[in-house]
Amino acid sequence: MRKSKLVLVGNGMAGVRTIEELLKLAPDLYDITVYGAEPHGNYNRILLSPVLAGEMKLPEIMLNDVDWYSAHGITLRSGRQITRIDRIHRTVIADDGSEEPYDRLLLATGSTPVMLPIPGHDLPGVLAYRDIADTEAIIAASAKGGHAVVIGAGLLGLEAANGLKARGMEVTVVHLAPWIMERQLDRTAADMLRTSLEARGLRFLLEKKTVGLVGEPKDSGGRVSAVRFADGDELSADLVVMAIGIRPNIRLAEDAGLHCNHGILVNDTLQTYDPRIYAVGECVAHRGTTYGLVAPLFEQAKVAANHLAEFGIARYSGSAVSTKLKVTGVDVFSAGDFMGGDDTDEIILADRKGGIYKKLVLRDNRIVGAVLYGDTADSGWYFQLMKEKKCIGSLRDRLMLGQSHNAGAGHEGRNRAVALPDDFEVCGCNGVKKISIVKAIKEKGLFTLEDVRKHTKASVSCGSCTGLVEQILASEVGGAYQPVVAQKKPLCGCTDFTHEEVRKAIIDHRLMTIPEAMRFLEWRQPSGCPSCRPALNFYLLCAWPKEYRDDPQSRFINERVHANIQKDGSFSVVPRIYGGVTSPAELKRIAEVAEKYAVPTVKITGGQRIDLLGVKKEDLPSIWADLDMPSGYAYSKGLRTVKTCVGSEWCRFGVQDSTRMGIDLEHDLERLWTPHKTKLGVSGCPRNCAEATIKDVGVIGVDSGWEIYVAGNGGIKTEVAQFLCKVKTQEEVLETTGAFLQLYREEARYLDRTVHWIGRVGLDYVRKRVVDDADGRRALYARMKEALSVEKDPWAERASDHSDTEFKPVKFFVKNSVSTGGSDERLAENLSA
Amino acid sequence: MNDWLKICPLDDIPRLGARVVNTGKGDIAVFRNAEDEVFALNDKCPHKGGPLSQGIVYDRRVACPLHGMTVHLDSGKAQAPDEGCTQKYRVRVDKGVVFLNLGP
Ligand SMILES: Cc1cc2nc3c(=O)[nH]c(=O)nc-3n(C[C@H](O)[C@H](O)[C@H](O)COP(=O)(O)OP(=O)(O)OC[C@H]3O[C@@H](n4cnc5c(N)ncnc54)[C@H](O)[C@@H]3O)c2cc1C
Ligand code: HEM
Ligand code: SF4
Ligand code: FES
Repeated sequence: MRKSKLVLVGNGMAGVRTIEELLKLAPDLYDITVYGAEPHGNYNRILLSPVLAGEMKLPEIMLNDVDWYSAHGITLRSGRQITRIDRIHRTVIADDGSEEPYDRLLLATGSTPVMLPIPGHDLPGVLAYRDIADTEAIIAASAKGGHAVVIGAGLLGLEAANGLKARGMEVTVVHLAPWIMERQLDRTAADMLRTSLEARGLRFLLEKKTVGLVGEPKDSGGRVSAVRFADGDELSADLVVMAIGIRPNIRLAEDAGLHCNHGILVNDTLQTYDPRIYAVGECVAHRGTTYGLVAPLFEQAKVAANHLAEFGIARYSGSAVSTKLKVTGVDVFSAGDFMGGDDTDEIILADRKGGIYKKLVLRDNRIVGAVLYGDTADSGWYFQLMKEKKCIGSLRDRLMLGQSHNAGAGHEGRNRAVALPDDFEVCGCNGVKKISIVKAIKEKGLFTLEDVRKHTKASVSCGSCTGLVEQILASEVGGAYQPVVAQKKPLCGCTDFTHEEVRKAIIDHRLMTIPEAMRFLEWRQPSGCPSCRPALNFYLLCAWPKEYRDDPQSRFINERVHANIQKDGSFSVVPRIYGGVTSPAELKRIAEVAEKYAVPTVKITGGQRIDLLGVKKEDLPSIWADLDMPSGYAYSKGLRTVKTCVGSEWCRFGVQDSTRMGIDLEHDLERLWTPHKTKLGVSGCPRNCAEATIKDVGVIGVDSGWEIYVAGNGGIKTEVAQFLCKVKTQEEVLETTGAFLQLYREEARYLDRTVHWIGRVGLDYVRKRVVDDADGRRALYARMKEALSVEKDPWAERASDHSDTEFKPVKFFVKNSVSTGGSDERLAENLSA
Repeated sequence: MNDWLKICPLDDIPRLGARVVNTGKGDIAVFRNAEDEVFALNDKCPHKGGPLSQGIVYDRRVACPLHGMTVHLDSGKAQAPDEGCTQKYRVRVDKGVVFLNLGP
């Protein structure tokens, strides 16, 4: 069968990204041809600014060089402009007269800079700033020095002006509006920015309307020599850069009869009025909006690719955008409705001397816009709150202090990544330093968290440095970085459904097994991936505690074999020691086992129990049998330990018997699987020796009963637990804790710690469900008990099941050597002997 | 050829799982995927020697249990952008029994 033909017109950032996304989904579906008017591969346009400023070189900003196209079997026609689309015969016609047929056409023609239609606009020395050719021309012109006039003080104009200044020119920026960057900044921020740019030697002329450009006499070259204004003033100029805006390139589409309105009109699948033709990028008008930043264009690319790949499930519903100025040493951030109106209020922090200004615009207790100047460290956080439309009621009085002062807002560890030294170890789990992340982003042209994870391994393991990595990404690629909106984040690369959608489908459609769920939800990979299989296994287990048969192959090794894998492939064994209270007999048994199996390391864990480290996998079942103690689940996304302090039985300060309470809790909750690891602590008085306030559930004895705290944890960013409620009796503590954990099980996403989950749904919601609603609490607790009623101790089970092949290697040695142990001996014989 | 070693019944390797074979040449991991294809690799991850047999198997790939590097079962090569390769061995299934060839 002949492959379908896909033709891309416009070899730029949006178009090529679409092809990349398409190749990921359906590498062999199309025969692809790419036309680009520029004589290059695809490069990172946004890095033209550092190129102009002399901070980077052209080869460094290439994203896809010519070899990339041939390596992927793509025909590249660079330096060719498409002049006409023949929709009837389904061909495109290039400026050299050649024709190319298509089955599907993708338009990504970008936009062109607007040139003021004034006398002299086409004089030599009057340049735009859009592509490599412009940038080279500007650099060449600047080599002669002299005075450059930049018309337009928007993002592009300021970056150009900064670059020209860095190249040694005198620079004046002319602007029509009363303040610079008026589409991104309010007056205060703009004036502060202007002052700081003036201090770097830029000059500004505001509220100046340019009406003409004056040239030298023809016989002396005819170059531009001055700029003339409406008020009659004139300003000498050796170079003029126009940066007053861009206009989507829609001529080609319009001439072909495609419906356009400012941009090429597309629906939520990025399809134009001709179903064979898709369009993405700056040339597109989607729901009345055209975008001029790459982040939304990349989202479009993903959706368009999904449809071109014939998956047909993604939708683009528009993007919130934010802006950062890429001028080294100047931090400016803006997003959303930054001016506000009658129905909004504002929180403002202004420190003119210190050069810091922050404004948050709020409507109905939600952030709808933000301007930050001087300190943009929290921009990612504010933007996230804005995009998620999160209610900030409880944060309001601390909002300005930034994320690091808001314990309840997340474990994401987003603090001052920008200020960190290069050799700062960002990811402790995988030993990744800041400098390696920055290098990978620059050299490999990375834009997304996923990309950075793939290339550097940063934040792939415990994930607690994700926030830092995102922030580094944001500061390296500027506005091009778009944090994934958590609410729309698909469960993994195998699906476009979110965690919540998958969980709902499992229940609504009574999906009972992983393969069934994957089929029903049209998973792209029939056997899933290491991210979704464990999540699905947990969701099914949680939905159908009695019916579901746990799938060991969809569990990470630790949970599959009920022990923690160590770096040399050996395992650790941590028996349960309820509340950290043991006995001489138990200790003796542990000691004997450790001796019998020559366990190399015996360690007391932070969870108040004993860890036998360095055990061979084959020995696990017999060690468990000899120990004859229940598993401590130290390997689990489940209930680990309940840490206790001495409490009223012995302690002279104790007011409650915390040890007893801890033991009771551990008995009540042991073997519970949860979305992530769960740790508890119980202290006998407010001195809190058990450090209960950094646990998922912390219980603290007071004179009149017990206080319960939730959503704490240690970790790279310590989270202090928040007060949930106060209760009187032991039964109430058990019921409230159990109900809380059941709600966490039922509603959090897999791999959410309690703090992440509560960060999203709010403590008020949890309080409503677990504290205020007594019937609901009892029902939750009952469901938790039901789930536990079928869980058996895995060690006891496996120690007695001798048919279990998991722990037995097939022993096979060169012929005639004696093999040892195991029922497999029979088969493991050398047939060639 | 006579170098085929009889290992175990296919059903002794869990689907989407693996079994370790101790040999004179060190441990070899024999994998079985969802389509009942079998693959054999040296049980050492190209990254830091993690036991690939203990990883999560999917598609024709396995994710190393130590730091999550993905290794292709059919070639032993690490999935791009990672680099590295682990020795692969020939395996086949005959009448429900798995055979392994340690030869080159
Ligand atoms: C100096 C500069 C700095 C920027 N900084 C940022 C930033 O910090 N953050 C940010 O998010 N965005 C920034 N942008 C904007 C960003 O670069 C654009 O939004 C993005 O490149 C648009 O992608 P696109 O694919 O739609 O268009 P383009 O990348 O412009 O690609 C379109 C391509 O199509 C070609 N083409 C057009 N018509 C035809 C035809 N008929 N036949 C063949 N080829 C054709 C063009 O030559 C061009 O190569 C910046 C832009 C510039 C110029
Ligand atoms: C951030 C990523 C983290 C990772 C990847 C991680 C990983 C682990 C692992 C693998 C073990 C088991 C060790 C073994 O016995 O083989 C463990 C145990 C333990 N960890 Fe962590 N840990 C993390 C964070 C934390 C934090 C922040 C704390 C405390 C504030 C903590 C406290 C403990 C304790 C107390 C134990 C012993 C548990 C027990 O006795 O059951 N860990 N951790
Ligand atoms: S759990 Fe311990 S050994 Fe493993 S990465 Fe963290 S600190 Fe290192
Ligand atoms: S040893 Fe396999 S990923 Fe590190």
